Amino acid sequence: MLEGTDLACWRGERAVFAGLSFSVATGGALLLTGPNGAGKSSLLRLVAGLIRPVEGRLAWNGEDAMSDLPAHARRLRYLSHGDALKPSLTARENLDFYARLWGGEVTPALAALGLADLADLPVRVLSSGQKRRLALARLALAPAALWLLDEPTVGLDAASVERLGALLAAHRRGGGIVLAATHLPLPLPDAEELRL
Amino acid sequence: MKAFAAVFLREVRLAMRHPADTLAAVMFFVLVCALFPFGVGPAPEALARIAPGALLAAALLAALLPLDRLFGAEAEDGSLEQLLLSGLPPAALVTSKALGHWVTTGLPLLAATPIAAAMLNLPVEAWGTALIALGLATAVLSLFGTAGAALTLGARRGGVLLPLLVLPLAIPAVIFGAAAIEAAAADLSARPYLLLLGALVAVAAPVAPLAAAFALRAD
Repeated sequence: MLEGTDLACWRGERAVFAGLSFSVATGGALLLTGPNGAGKSSLLRLVAGLIRPVEGRLAWNGEDAMSDLPAHARRLRYLSHGDALKPSLTARENLDFYARLWGGEVTPALAALGLADLADLPVRVLSSGQKRRLALARLALAPAALWLLDEPTVGLDAASVERLGALLAAHRRGGGIVLAATHLPLPLPDAEELRL
Repeated sequence: MKAFAAVFLREVRLAMRHPADTLAAVMFFVLVCALFPFGVGPAPEALARIAPGALLAAALLAALLPLDRLFGAEAEDGSLEQLLLSGLPPAALVTSKALGHWVTTGLPLLAATPIAAAMLNLPVEAWGTALIALGLATAVLSLFGTAGAALTLGARRGGVLLPLLVLPLAIPAVIFGAAAIEAAAADLSARPYLLLLGALVAVAAPVAPLAAAFALRAD
């Protein structure tokens, strides 16, 4: 259960959003929508603990999530705009680092996003859609309770969106929570929407 | 501990994939040392006199070279956020990066030290001490340099700001390092100076990562 109460976020001198409240139950999904600059990415960064809220409280199962940031970080996966991939390393080596952090097996995670054939290619030769898939493969490594996805389907083909849909469904069946910022339709059935 | 090792191994792996970066620092070090015989003249006594200071200054300048990309490259592709979310406390993350910088830049400089020492006519008896002194001095620079890299991350002209911030902090390392090598060259005990250098590392090891962690968090 993730609960945000009365959250406010400032960027420089400007309030991005204020008085924002939401709650997502176990197994639930929340879609963040709104025009560019509405603060969708800022909210995801805030929930990840990367920026501190100016006001308000973020609670995980009733406890303040920000009081122990390393523990909060360990229960979440954050997919940002950047794919966080190193061009000189192969797909497998890029994922291998995260497997060391979180546990899990690299080969099935690559297969889950249809990247098995590209595993040993350096990331610099991959297309932008393939890079996005590799970034998404991090989600398939090891379970985490909270997924924060910033425009997860940008650049993905239909087959990959379907694969992501399967991952999301399995994650939610296991009691996982998804927060996703998007302009595109996402394979998240009966997700609630938060318009910023 | 597992995450600490993972970040460190990633750093080493990336450096091995880009050997040119390490090689550039080593070549810079050797070339700066090679300039001194031309400037001072080839008189052996004059060269040996300036050798300790020249070695230290050249090594620290060379070790500065890769620092401005230490966090810059990570921030650009989104890796920095993933590293901050790795579950490692930020100070531990920075320590791991500093250790990675020392192993991929400081150690290769040590490998090139005999060449530089020979060009500066440093007595062979002092080479061992020179290696220890440079190893400790570059460790100090890796630690303070990582803090500087975190502080100047996102700053315009961060690459220029970084040396201005870090080199003054490295002055004690130059003083004690050069004194140790001088003592060894004069057949005296270098131990007190090396111990002082070690003390510098011991101070920098907790202070610099805490400062860097604060800077990374405050973004």
